Amino acid sequence: MLKQAQRLIGQPGRNPLARSVLVVLGIAALLLAPFLVDALLGRAWVRVLDLVLLYTMLALGLNIVVGYAGLLDLGYVAFFAVGAYLYALCASPHFGLHLPFWLLLPAAALVAGLFGVLLGAPTLKLRGDYLAIVTLGFGEIIRIFLNNLNAPFNLTNGPQGITLIRPIEIAGVSMAKTQTIGPLSFPSLYNYYYLFLALTLLIILISARLQHSRVGRAWAAIREDELAAKASGVNTHNLKLLAFAMGASFGGIAGSLYASFQGFVSPESFGLTESIMILCMVVLGGMGHIRGVILGAAILVALPEALRYIGPLQRWLFGQIHVEPSDLRLLLFGLALVLVMRLRPAGLWPSPIRRRELGRPGAAEPPG
Amino acid sequence: MSARPENADGADAADNANNADHVRTAPAAGPMLAVRSVRKTFGGVQALADVSIEVPRGTVYGVIGPNGAGKTTLFNVITGFVAPDHGDCLLEGVRLTGEPVHRVVELGVARTFQNIRLFHQMSALENVMVGMHSRSRAGVVGAVFRTPGARAEEARIEGRAHALLEQVGVAAHADQPAGSLPYGLQRRLEIARALACAPRLLALDEPAAGMNAAETASLRELIVSIRNSGTTVLLIEHDVRLVMGLCDRIAVLDYGRLIAEGPPALVKCDPAVIEAYLGTPVAGSPAAGPAP
Repeated sequence: MLKQAQRLIGQPGRNPLARSVLVVLGIAALLLAPFLVDALLGRAWVRVLDLVLLYTMLALGLNIVVGYAGLLDLGYVAFFAVGAYLYALCASPHFGLHLPFWLLLPAAALVAGLFGVLLGAPTLKLRGDYLAIVTLGFGEIIRIFLNNLNAPFNLTNGPQGITLIRPIEIAGVSMAKTQTIGPLSFPSLYNYYYLFLALTLLIILISARLQHSRVGRAWAAIREDELAAKASGVNTHNLKLLAFAMGASFGGIAGSLYASFQGFVSPESFGLTESIMILCMVVLGGMGHIRGVILGAAILVALPEALRYIGPLQRWLFGQIHVEPSDLRLLLFGLALVLVMRLRPAGLWPSPIRRRELGRPGAAEPPG
Repeated sequence: MSARPENADGADAADNANNADHVRTAPAAGPMLAVRSVRKTFGGVQALADVSIEVPRGTVYGVIGPNGAGKTTLFNVITGFVAPDHGDCLLEGVRLTGEPVHRVVELGVARTFQNIRLFHQMSALENVMVGMHSRSRAGVVGAVFRTPGARAEEARIEGRAHALLEQVGVAAHADQPAGSLPYGLQRRLEIARALACAPRLLALDEPAAGMNAAETASLRELIVSIRNSGTTVLLIEHDVRLVMGLCDRIAVLDYGRLIAEGPPALVKCDPAVIEAYLGTPVAGSPAAGPAP
């Protein structure tokens, strides 16, 4: 128990006072983050901060499937889409429904989880490349359905997407309006930040507890050697379905938050590149390692935004813009990915045991 | 070696061999494992041709035979990895054939692999803890809410896993990744993982392969201690000396057929066995020479 708590919070063995100071500082930093970011970098970066949290939830969901159970899923965004459309359909003028958030959030998790089982069931006997192809197809099918389900009955409003999605309201407090408490005012982006933060922490907790449980061990066993897992009495079929369902439900939660955050959903937000992006977060950060995955999500959301500054930087350095920033962004982004995977094949922040296996001598684990 | 009393049991079991249906009605008196006329072909190759054996409870039962004799196929049929074309296997009268692998484990058959299959990136302790999966219950709810039941179970799993590591002599390496252990310890760890399934029948597929003489000797002690603790052991092995000294009964396979069955002393004098192993009857004496 204590060991796991330490694993969650920080390095074990550090003196307890220093650790509690760190914990307090960490909590303070998380609570003050939107204010600090707003003051230092501007309002646009608070939005980036919100997106980092949103993608952290997604990446942690995919991490269950890819990182824990070792099932390569290239269609993960489908579950994000299911959650987003569920919220959009039930809280927008499209059907005139305005179901409350507290009902839609668990519903999104549940329905996305069911879709996870739907994807998992036919792929139970597939491994590696073959599984990847089927999941890729599944992701595309969901997107194409969303795109085409506007006739004969207009379910999804087709490529136009669904607009005017109602913002989340908790106990009469709308996330979309600026709220004032005493001298502090909380614009919409701040409100969403705190909501996302709470749910992200919840998902981190669930992920961590699952990882260090009987279920998490069985997933790891399947990842390492499915045949040996079976021979050890693990019902690999059920546990793979469970991994798909759990991962998908996190995606569904993130999706419903996204729909209300954006106020608009359309099929084009849920393409293959989105799936690949989430997969990159998991792999780049460190598969199966929660802290690594969070780092991966933060970097991959923030990096494209940071690369926007290339334009102003050029102007400042050379007096004019030589290369369009939009041309450079994807190039640098790709280059960063290649470099990371070349130099740190186990990810930027791999779990200790994986680092030992995959790491180069430079990245060796300290003895102990 | 306390082989004598089991041999007496074995003789009883051999009497029952021809009317195996009897086993289902009186499981308590029957053998631990009954394999009934199992047949399996791969393409045109007959891997197993009507093989029937009965493994008496509380014994070490050896299956030997030249390469390609069908030993591993027999193993895979018993443990549910391969479905036989004909015939079935019963564990104390309960049918194993047709059940998925994890159910076979639940019913009481655990196995190791010829080429060790550990979870390399997991620690030795975790490997054994995975073995207890079928003997524990906690699901997602227990894990997420850390219910008292789930915590108690987790403590029980960990305690038992430590005890098993102790038993096979890997306790000093409990926290090391399984893949980093020396070869001999990996073999032992795999046995510990199989024992964690709390099997009534432990099936070991060439556990002494690649071991030196000292490692083989201590492996032998381990297998004896496992048998003495009440678990029946089914052993596939190439090391004839080990098999002859350790097993209470032996079945010999050749080209998928059962060519001999019985106590080691009888089996090693069997002309069919000598021929299968050596080809010529003349050279038979040196191989069969060292008596247990």
